[in-house]
Amino acid sequence: MSSTPLNTAQPASGNAAAVENAPPSGEGLWASVWKQFKRKPVALAGFYLVCFLAFMAVFGDFLANDKPYYLSYKGKSYFPVFRGYLVDARLTQWPAELLNVEYKKLDGATAIFPPIPYRPTNIDLFAPYETPSKDHWFGTDTLGRDIMAGMIHGARISLSIGFVAVGIAVVIGVILGAIAGYFGSWVDLVISRLFEVMLAIPTFFLLITVAAIFPPSIFLTMAIIGSTSWVGIARFTRNEFLRIRNLDYVTSAIALGVPDRTVMFKHILPNALAPVIVSVVLGIAGAILVESALSFLGIGVPAELVTWGSILHEASGATFAWWLAVFPGAAIFITVLSYYLVGEGLREVLDPRLRGLR
Amino acid sequence: MASYALKRMFLMIPTFIGVTLIGFLIMRLAPGDPAELRAAGGLGGASGAGVSLEKRGAVDEAVAQWRAQYGLDRPVQVQYALWLKNLFTLNFGESFKDNQSVWNKIVERVPVTVKLNLLSLMVVYLVAIPLGMYSATHPNSLGDQVTTLAAFVLFAVPLVWAATMAIVFICGGDFYYLFPPAGLASLDYADDWPLWRKFKDQAWHVFLPVLLMSYDGFAGLSRYMRASMLEVLSQDFVQVARAKGLEERLVIFKHVLRNSLIPQVTMLASILPGLLGGSVIIETIFSIPGLGQLGYESVLARDYPTVMALFTVSAVLTLIGILISDLLLSVVDPRIAFGRRLQ
Repeated sequence: MSSTPLNTAQPASGNAAAVENAPPSGEGLWASVWKQFKRKPVALAGFYLVCFLAFMAVFGDFLANDKPYYLSYKGKSYFPVFRGYLVDARLTQWPAELLNVEYKKLDGATAIFPPIPYRPTNIDLFAPYETPSKDHWFGTDTLGRDIMAGMIHGARISLSIGFVAVGIAVVIGVILGAIAGYFGSWVDLVISRLFEVMLAIPTFFLLITVAAIFPPSIFLTMAIIGSTSWVGIARFTRNEFLRIRNLDYVTSAIALGVPDRTVMFKHILPNALAPVIVSVVLGIAGAILVESALSFLGIGVPAELVTWGSILHEASGATFAWWLAVFPGAAIFITVLSYYLVGEGLREVLDPRLRGLR
Repeated sequence: MASYALKRMFLMIPTFIGVTLIGFLIMRLAPGDPAELRAAGGLGGASGAGVSLEKRGAVDEAVAQWRAQYGLDRPVQVQYALWLKNLFTLNFGESFKDNQSVWNKIVERVPVTVKLNLLSLMVVYLVAIPLGMYSATHPNSLGDQVTTLAAFVLFAVPLVWAATMAIVFICGGDFYYLFPPAGLASLDYADDWPLWRKFKDQAWHVFLPVLLMSYDGFAGLSRYMRASMLEVLSQDFVQVARAKGLEERLVIFKHVLRNSLIPQVTMLASILPGLLGGSVIIETIFSIPGLGQLGYESVLARDYPTVMALFTVSAVLTLIGILISDLLLSVVDPRIAFGRRLQ
């Protein structure tokens, strides 16, 4: 009755056809998918954008940090950005002369700073609401925090919530869908009822309720987004399992006495994944959207964390500071758009019914 | 038809119980004792904080009394049964925040949200169907490519961003004042205004919220409409209609349109819950006193009876959306009512 928006055609038997179309050289499904995906410039652009965002998320500390890469101070050399990781891992400690110092104000020190020499949490009460300038590329907020730094570190939060939430959704969805589709009969009936319950739950309302009544935490946010968004994946998996279960190779595997679990996850699952993968990619975009809405409402993610949504929230209370509205929103928009582009490209590759149309 | 409707409604009872049970358990799992919270007037209340020591005994007594009154000292399954029993008389209890009847609070706000959502739903279908039709009848033309691209991009625009941009740039901040930033009517709105002036004022206030609530709906639906119309256009009976010399206009409006509307009807079930979620954000941003705003405020104040009631109301609305779209589907496609399972 409801399905992921944008899925204009439901991928039904993508994998089987893709395997048939695979060249006889014995190259795997994913190699052939990638080969076709590469030929779609728009989808490829989306993919590179996703890679770029992932790069920002992973190397955020090197792009925006109040610690310099290299510091020469009192005749000694330091690499504070790198050392920061070791300290966080409790492998070493800050030397006494660098403990809680402001690197920019050290006397007689030579330092090489990252392109954005701030962390999103650096408060500068003398520079509230600065318009975008050379010092603060995207301006500052009410506490003088650098927005560009917040944007870069926000990418990490946003992407990790997207991936972990969808990871949870995939685990729940694939397991339930597999069980329902494989065993059929009353098991299917019971699990399908559960799908219906989940579809009728006012998801967003449930999300804000749970996020608001429990102490804010990034992991809780991941968990609740994941555990409310698995239905689409579960239904796709179920339908694929229902179809594949009756194929000859599965029947022969069962006849050979292969245990159910092995048949399900080793023999059927790899062939059932192709249609699921599209809803996974779209699901990441969905989770990022939900997270931004939650932090916009000021719930879910702890207040001291700067996220794209939380910057937007500040904008709604300070309408003169247009930079607080433009940049983080554009970041969410571009992220979501690039996942949609990748998802759309993948669907065109994986769904044989669409292949003739283009 | 009637028996089909009855059957569908009957099948919704277990779903309803499942949904409310999940909601109920989550509220009970939440940290904090509801009775204590009520004594404190919810989290937002001030009465609990400054209670002096001598009054503390009285408060404790009241807490114990409430606990007994609402069955909070009994096992969870009994509490749920009690809640269900009260539901039949539409008794959702009293708000922790102001001790008012939750039901009255909700009824007060229903018209606003329903008005906004119905308008949005109308906009969604009125924009999406013609757009999709245009795209499908002019496939791969410039117009089709532009609308397809626009719909795709629009669908990715986050609601929170669109709304914030509107507030910052066109709602009287430092830039333009094209639309009001808050409320559903001007402050000096009076009942003795002439009708057209009332209408103009309301339309002016409602324009942005409705547009914001509906844009991703019509972006998505127009693409569905295009796809389903293309599918119908490729079928043999369309060829036949054309071959017998029927005017293209009649082919499209009489034969193709009806058939390609069938899948759009089912979309109602998935648009409706989305609209309700959207009203939380929109009503909060534009200070519109509807269910969404009530929900957000109650959630922040941990006003559990109100939250649970709203949860139930929106679950019921969602179920009704599903029911209506199933029934409409069986009207436009009579094969469905004859015992075939919906997929």
